Amino acid sequence: MPIRESDDVVRVRQAVRVQAVAAGLGLVDQTKIVTAASELARNTLDYGLGGTVRIETFTGNPRRGVRLTFEDNGPGIPDLERALTDGYTTGGGLGLGLSGARRLCNEFEIESVVGQGTRITIARWK
Amino acid sequence: MDRIPILKLGRALLVSIQVDIHDRLAKALEEDLSERIVATGARGVMIDISGLEIVDSFMGRMLDNIAAVSRLLDADTVVVGMRPAVAITLVELGLSLTGVKTALNVERGMTLIGSGQYEEIEGDDAPGGGDERDEG
Repeated sequence: MPIRESDDVVRVRQAVRVQAVAAGLGLVDQTKIVTAASELARNTLDYGLGGTVRIETFTGNPRRGVRLTFEDNGPGIPDLERALTDGYTTGGGLGLGLSGARRLCNEFEIESVVGQGTRITIARWK
Repeated sequence: MDRIPILKLGRALLVSIQVDIHDRLAKALEEDLSERIVATGARGVMIDISGLEIVDSFMGRMLDNIAAVSRLLDADTVVVGMRPAVAITLVELGLSLTGVKTALNVERGMTLIGSGQYEEIEGDDAPGGGDERDEG
């Protein structure tokens, strides 16, 4: 689904919630993945200049959960290590979006090429 | 919804965030609240977030900002009704909202932001608190 305006961040949260419930995640796990999705959707909008998210549920043995892939064609992140540090921000925020989202997930992968864009995959399972 | 309603209850302002809101609406609330604090001379602001399924860093920062601005305008802010899963997630996110007073529910929140407001409720029978100036 597209992430082009601030209403889309709300839509992403709602869509992730529906999938998290469908995957059978408990309330705390649902809240964590929805919160992480909100952070990353906002980053996609504010820093990636818009992009998309793909939401998948997996029910493989033994894990059930939700996997989200955020993609943008924005400017990319020059220093990933720094971007993942608590409190580091280039946009006037709290600097907790990326680092916080990582803590809220079981799986977190980030690829970014300067001038081409960023892809972040996260998953939460029970 | 273009604006979140702000109710006046005695000398306090009450905001209940019932639905998931987008960022612009959250920013608008911050500005509306500071204007209403000055216009009404309110001494307390209570924000009920029991309807919120998540609080992310943006919303957390907004709550922190509201508390800081209110303090400068001589009003106390208390956030009430946070869901347990939201609290757990906020702490793990790295946001413990140290600048914001919290209370478990509206009743305890009212106690926290002062007791003066109850005596004025009787005379204040405008629906939803209205826009009446506080004469006190």
